Amino acid sequence: MSDPDATNVGSDHAGGSNGGRDVPGRTDAASNGLDLGSGGPNVDEEYPLQVEGLCKTFGGITAVDDASFRVERGTLTGLIGPNGAGKSTTFNLITGMLRPDAGTVTFDGEDITGQKPHAIANRGLVRTFQIARELQEMTVLENLMLAPKDQRGEALWRSVTPGFRGDVVEQEEELLERVWDVIEFFDIDHIADEYAGNLSGGQRKLLELARALLTDPDMLLLDEPFAGVNPSLEKRLLEHVHELREQGYTFLLVEHDMDLIMENCERVIVLHQGQVLTEGSPDEIQANEEVIEAYLGGNV
Amino acid sequence: MSVRDDVAERIPGGDAGLIVAVLLVIYAAYVLAGVGLGYSVRGQLNTIGVLTFYIGVFAMLALALNLQWGYTGLFNIGIVGFMAVGIYVMALVSKPLYESGGAAQVGGLGLPLIVGIVAGMVAAALLGAVIALPALRLRADYLAIVTIAMSEIVRFSFLSGELQQFRLFGERVGFGGGSGLILDFTNPLEAFFQSFGLWDAYLGFVSVFEVIIPNNPKPVVDGLVYGAVLLGFVAVYFWLLKRTGESPFGRVLKAIREDEDAANSLGKNTNRFKIKAFMLGCALMGLAGILWLMTSGAVTPNFFRPRITFFVWIALIIGGAGSNTGSVLGGAVFAALLYQGPRYLKNLIDTVIPNADAPSGFGPAVSPLISNFDPAPLFFYTIDSVRQLQLVFMGLALIWLMHNRPEGMLGHRKETAAGIPLTGSRASASAETDGGDAGGGSDE
Repeated sequence: MSDPDATNVGSDHAGGSNGGRDVPGRTDAASNGLDLGSGGPNVDEEYPLQVEGLCKTFGGITAVDDASFRVERGTLTGLIGPNGAGKSTTFNLITGMLRPDAGTVTFDGEDITGQKPHAIANRGLVRTFQIARELQEMTVLENLMLAPKDQRGEALWRSVTPGFRGDVVEQEEELLERVWDVIEFFDIDHIADEYAGNLSGGQRKLLELARALLTDPDMLLLDEPFAGVNPSLEKRLLEHVHELREQGYTFLLVEHDMDLIMENCERVIVLHQGQVLTEGSPDEIQANEEVIEAYLGGNV
Repeated sequence: MSVRDDVAERIPGGDAGLIVAVLLVIYAAYVLAGVGLGYSVRGQLNTIGVLTFYIGVFAMLALALNLQWGYTGLFNIGIVGFMAVGIYVMALVSKPLYESGGAAQVGGLGLPLIVGIVAGMVAAALLGAVIALPALRLRADYLAIVTIAMSEIVRFSFLSGELQQFRLFGERVGFGGGSGLILDFTNPLEAFFQSFGLWDAYLGFVSVFEVIIPNNPKPVVDGLVYGAVLLGFVAVYFWLLKRTGESPFGRVLKAIREDEDAANSLGKNTNRFKIKAFMLGCALMGLAGILWLMTSGAVTPNFFRPRITFFVWIALIIGGAGSNTGSVLGGAVFAALLYQGPRYLKNLIDTVIPNADAPSGFGPAVSPLISNFDPAPLFFYTIDSVRQLQLVFMGLALIWLMHNRPEGMLGHRKETAAGIPLTGSRASASAETDGGDAGGGSDE
């Protein structure tokens, strides 16, 4: 979209890539066949998340190499690829945990490349982590109460000044109601008072998804939400995800379980060696020779 | 969860009750030891005054450190530097104007004490911000390195000749350099009572004590009353930090301590929260430094050696980082057992056995034990060197704690970080929050 932005990012980080392979220029990305951004604002509406020409190298290793894709609103989109394909790095680049060497990330029509993680989360693009990042020494309720945005009591003066604290307490009561709604939705009310560090692996995943939802996001990036989750809990989590998708949330999902992806996602993006190998419906992906070769020829 | 929680629940008044109970036990132990060994009433009251003073300052400092370390996970080992900035800036602002021929080499700006106290706290907070801004961007350990370096830089700055004397707003002011700074402002206790118009009443109150202490009871009563004022400040610190912790602000601090990336990914600007918490803690440390030293008549830079920082850390570790109640208890126990305890023991023994001559060195102390199994010389030698041994005791206590109870006296108990009680079931939660329904909480 906005070329000046893209060139800025490219030149900012040009120095970082000289140890490894050449970072492909911005022009390559445009000719990659995806032709993003030509549809105007309507396309933005339809595709809240657009990634163009994303590159990231660590020392001599190119983790993400000119990756471009977009995610359609209201879909459950799978991001798959063999180990080392760059899925987690892509997530980190999108959510601001890492700064890309080149390329742009656009969310809801605005360039969010290189913004701080908290700023991106506040725009409504919220992630979960591959290894659940529950706040161990806080209870499940505390974990969940943390998440909502725009809490008045996050201003220190208002929380301590007599006369203003009433506002804070009032909002806390409203938040607690919302938290209980989510707790009941996920059916975890029996562990509400438990320290998050005492939960099982599956419960942590539920907690993390619940917490991400309480930030009131538009789109969720789930990094292997089903890893280490037993089959019955996995089924429940999936039900929740589908229910939420029907409510209008957009999901981008990293997952290793191919069957799970093929059965549940509307769209699938295949990453291979840091590049987008192909994308399409699950059926198209399953029939794609390149994908099969990438998986069999790769290190799986 | 643990036995200790049950104890806390059984004591009326909850946490406040627990703190009062521990203080009473400490005082009772001191008084009983004194009475048993025939200490004079004056000595007893004096001891209690001094003990209360140290309980007060260490509890305040532990509470401030708990905000930074216990809640937010900020590793501040420059506490003493913020105390120094607090008292020195306060002195600069509140010392009377320079007059030639006076005892003081330099003057101050002659402003009221309260202005000086606020200025000292603001200066400590600003110093905290200056340090935190670059250091918080780096890994946590760098903050520790920067803070301890800062506290030494502060000490050497106050030692330096450059800052010994300078002109500010046309007045001759300064920090006195290595020879120290005379704190020749109004006696703070007098200023405190005068501001309520109660100074004469206070003097009358003091004269009542002549019944117990026939000659000159004022220093003793002053000590006791100042101790009580400090406990009042501890109560204010406790109230302030409890409110800070039990709020959405405190919740974000806790989240930062647990996992800063996770807090960030939920849209919290963690750097801003860390700087705010760090500055508040530093201001409170500055105030604690002011309260510690403003009645002492003079300050020298070498008082502010890093050991005081580590005393505060020991106090917090004893009490249990993460809990405000634990911080107060840790401060009290540290002051009573490790800081004042050995000195009090020495005073007592000196009173009971006034004419015991301690051996002059380690050799003469040990040889009678080996040659004729006479332990007395070693015992007296040990008592005589108790001030030096204090640090050994602290080290041993710390090692024991790390091995047996690293989580401190109160265990893993953490105060809930929310403005309202978070209960385990929805029914009881909504029963308690009858005011909040009107806002309509359940809309999506």
